[in-house]
Amino acid sequence: MADKIVEGRAPVSQKPHTVESKENGDIGGLIEIEINGRPYSVPFGITILEACKRNNIHIPTLCYHEDLCLAGACRVCVVEIEGIRTLQAACAYPITGKIKVWTTSERVRKARRHILDLLLSEHYGECYSCVRNNNCELQTLAKEYGVDFYRFGHIKEKRYEVDRSSYAIVRDMDKCVLCKRCVRTCIDLQEVGVLEATRRGYATLISTFMDKPMLDVICINCGQCINRCPTGALRAKDPSDDIWRAIDDPTKHVVIQTAPSIRAAIGEEFGLPPGNSMTGQMVTALRMIGFDRVFDTNFAADLTIMEEGTELLLRLKRKLLFGDETVKLPQFTSCSPGWIKFIEHFYPEYLEYLSTCKSPQQMFGAVIKTFYAQEMGLDPSNIITVAVMPCTAKKFECNRPEMNSSGFKDIDYGLTTRELAQMIKEAGIYLPELPKSHFDEPFGDASGAGLIFGATGGVMEAALRTVYEIVTGRPVPFENLAITPCRGMDGVRQASVVLNDVKDEWKFLEGIELKFMIAHGTANAKKVMEALIRGELEGYHFVEIMACPGGCIGGGGQPIPTSPEIRKKRAEAIYKEDAELPIRKSHENPHIKYIYEKFLVDGPCGHISHKLLHTHYTKRGKYIV
Amino acid sequence: MPIINDTLFFDEKAHGEALERALMMSPQEVVMEIRESGLRGRGGAGFPTGTKWMLALSAKADKKFVVCNADEGEPGTFKDRVLLSEYTKLVLEGMVIGGYAIQAQKGFIYLRGEYAYLLEHLNTFLERMRKENRLGDNILGTSFSFDIEIRLGSGAYVCGEETALIESLEGHRGEARNRPPFPVNTGYLGYPTIVNNVETFACAYIVMSKGAQWFAKYGTEKSKGMKLISVSGDCKKPGVYEVPFGITVKELLELVQADRTKAVQIGGASGICIPMSEINRNISFEDIPTGGSVIIFNEDRSMLKVLRNFMEFFVEESCGQCTPCRVGNKKLLEGVEMLEKGECSHRYLNELIELGKTMQIASKCGLGQSSPNPFISIVTNFKDEIMSNSIRGNNGR
Ligand SMILES: Cc1cc2nc3c(=O)[nH]c(=O)nc-3n(C[C@H](O)[C@H](O)[C@H](O)COP(=O)(O)O)c2cc1C
Ligand code: SF4
Ligand code: SF4
Ligand code: SF4
Ligand code: SF4
Ligand code: FES
Repeated sequence: MADKIVEGRAPVSQKPHTVESKENGDIGGLIEIEINGRPYSVPFGITILEACKRNNIHIPTLCYHEDLCLAGACRVCVVEIEGIRTLQAACAYPITGKIKVWTTSERVRKARRHILDLLLSEHYGECYSCVRNNNCELQTLAKEYGVDFYRFGHIKEKRYEVDRSSYAIVRDMDKCVLCKRCVRTCIDLQEVGVLEATRRGYATLISTFMDKPMLDVICINCGQCINRCPTGALRAKDPSDDIWRAIDDPTKHVVIQTAPSIRAAIGEEFGLPPGNSMTGQMVTALRMIGFDRVFDTNFAADLTIMEEGTELLLRLKRKLLFGDETVKLPQFTSCSPGWIKFIEHFYPEYLEYLSTCKSPQQMFGAVIKTFYAQEMGLDPSNIITVAVMPCTAKKFECNRPEMNSSGFKDIDYGLTTRELAQMIKEAGIYLPELPKSHFDEPFGDASGAGLIFGATGGVMEAALRTVYEIVTGRPVPFENLAITPCRGMDGVRQASVVLNDVKDEWKFLEGIELKFMIAHGTANAKKVMEALIRGELEGYHFVEIMACPGGCIGGGGQPIPTSPEIRKKRAEAIYKEDAELPIRKSHENPHIKYIYEKFLVDGPCGHISHKLLHTHYTKRGKYIV
Repeated sequence: MPIINDTLFFDEKAHGEALERALMMSPQEVVMEIRESGLRGRGGAGFPTGTKWMLALSAKADKKFVVCNADEGEPGTFKDRVLLSEYTKLVLEGMVIGGYAIQAQKGFIYLRGEYAYLLEHLNTFLERMRKENRLGDNILGTSFSFDIEIRLGSGAYVCGEETALIESLEGHRGEARNRPPFPVNTGYLGYPTIVNNVETFACAYIVMSKGAQWFAKYGTEKSKGMKLISVSGDCKKPGVYEVPFGITVKELLELVQADRTKAVQIGGASGICIPMSEINRNISFEDIPTGGSVIIFNEDRSMLKVLRNFMEFFVEESCGQCTPCRVGNKKLLEGVEMLEKGECSHRYLNELIELGKTMQIASKCGLGQSSPNPFISIVTNFKDEIMSNSIRGNNGR
């Protein structure tokens, strides 16, 4: 659980317990307990839930989530401990004594059933018209406990209006079970704090500041709350009806691009264990559905590396060679739209540190509606661009007014992994059994560098592979191009490479230690920004930030559930595929060379690319008026 | 408003130099003396005060805190107000003794919002203690330093629950925490903290001034000392009384001159309601515990209305975080409404009683664990009256 978040604003008692060494044993030592009459030996201080998990004893949970601090609120996980009158929440009870636990006694079963009956009595929603049908923790519990009637009645009318104001997040509080996983996600993992429990008692409701609609609060659209909501109370805004309509319209040329992290996760929607890459099958499925062209966003990721890497080198040149002190360093990556909105809200004075590059999705959209339209002899007004993204923030991003440099919306629709899987199912296709096929030309192949964009640290690694080689003429000095300091799941990571024997034109970089930093999850982004403000990033050159824990593989549009383990598996799948690709560096991608020869003729960061591939940001601040 | 009957414990003039005496002892000795006195918490739960202080004293930390729980939110309780205004010294010096006993540096009084008018009086008193060197640095020339700050509560009943109180002190929403860890180990800002009732601190003062032996002479075997009771409802002389633990409900009713009594609610909204057939039971931790509230209902009262008031209170005052309490109380209230309309079947009533029992064991904090008490006791003890309205049989849910 490397990326379990332990800091943040949660109350002390909801953080992982600090247990003192008592007569019973030391931290790390073992303690003898009894569960359901059988002896077990478990590490001192772990919770009853954890102890049961390790010994394959199932305990139902609802408010508990591996990524989050403890709530102990739903009480679904109660167990009986000999000698204690009240039942205890297994998720929150640390084992510090030789306790005897009963997980399915009569008292326990009855209490759990009652609690479930209470939750259901208040739950307004019909499973067959719910996105979470068959993947809902409440539904699963109801099934597990054989609920076949409403013991305490059932609510008959909708109480809350569905909030559809946001481009990305839809809230339906009638389905909320008040587990506060979303609240803890938004505050502790993301340090945004949009959602909060308001009112008291029976009237308690998860709400926003002053009950404003989601569009009018400082939500960064990361969708992390959706991924951790056990029910259908939170979901993404689904554009698939519009997309079907475009596919069915013969006058429209519908182009889809798929982000690097989709292939590593979409199999989970079809019942495969995490970590199975489905690249070829997915391409086949998209063709079968009827998309006219299927492109790989990895190509645009390569393009991003060319632009962003060049931008970094230009910044270094202006600062180090020309002594221009107005140049802002370190340069921050800009490919995560959740991060962009975060910095716009919370650090509006620091926007100049951001790279001006659009995200790969938007770059690709702009290229499709210009270069591709030209090459194919298509009228861009008849092209519909769809982007499958692991990300809900991209739904917001594609609707930003500035994202139309071709004269048309760069991207018409942002689709999530979950929604794409739904479309594939609707088309009657079982993905895992499809034959593999290749992405379409003229952007068919992408490099491994573009692929690893999907995991935290991947952009940095991809950029280093290119920047280092541009400057020194040699590949990065890491075995098999795996820049290991960039990898892993620690919240904030940092490392450096020294630039030696550089090429003549980069003489001013000779001997420089290129220092970089990587953070994922906006709570970690906040730490980096605070360090920047305190002046502690002096001497750093490049910072990669991803809004979502784990990077895009943990994005808000990815299959549910998510956990540290699942994210690790998805990342491994991506790195494995990278290692097997023939081209591993963005600048060696022949299609990239081609587009700079044919279209972006004044090179990376030239005039054309500036118009199409770069953007600007908005100082939003914390208060929306 | 003073205490109505003759007082034995709560008579300021009758007390000696408790603080002086405590400071001459070691913290361990103070804790031992409190332990020997058998003093149990006066806030309701009756946890042995000496044990609580012992745990906090033995916890290792560079800071420790003392909190005086003056939230007094239990309906029908007003004895802490009397102590704070009339017997201020006992309470405040009791806190200093507590601070010394666990080696804390700082104390808070978490004062019920409605008692804001006491602020001036309390602050003046604290100021005087500082001037007299009974508070602040090097108290009475010893190496012990301790100060007290007053914080106003926000009016939520649940904030009287010790962990919700600490959350509130820290500036969070008032919600109960998971226990363990307990406040004596992980309390305010994560430091060892003792939370005690106003009366508990006053009693600690009495123990230190008169000695554990003297204190333990009063009360019953497991409930030592005298207890303040706030009596309200249908009687001629409502008010605050000092009574020994073990007093029967009958004796108490005579003391306050109640007649035509039908029911007595002991322990506030979260207590239990007994009928006249049980008035020979006594008030103590062995039999009927109470934080100090006794509400008397005479024959003119409708028990359903009484119950409805209690349940409405809990539906609003639950912090709303855990399922059994947030939704359970609502279901019990709906049950009362069905009873009123004559729509509650025996079967469903039994279902609700079972639900109440689940709430008692599965709720996260004392509020939800005790909120079904009035429901269960009233519908059980006054079943005929309650069901007189209802159709027999199994219709209705
Ligand atoms: C809902 C609820 C409300 C409470 N309100 C109060 C209160 O107003 N005053 C109080 O002293 N204790 C109150 N308590 C009890 C406290 O949680 C705690 O047990 C007490 O302050 C401990 O002090 P003691 O050991 O001196 O009794 C309340 C408990 C619950 C569950
Ligand atoms: S949230 Fe779950 S239980 Fe509720 S309607 Fe949706 S699938 Fe069914
Ligand atoms: S999308 Fe992200 S920022 Fe918005 S409410 Fe959810 S967790 Fe918070
Ligand atoms: S919206 Fe979802 S995650 Fe948030 S409290 Fe409700 S059920 Fe839990
Ligand atoms: S029992 Fe009631 S007051 Fe206590 S934590 Fe649960 S909801 Fe809150
Ligand atoms: S899962 Fe343990 S209380 Fe909710």
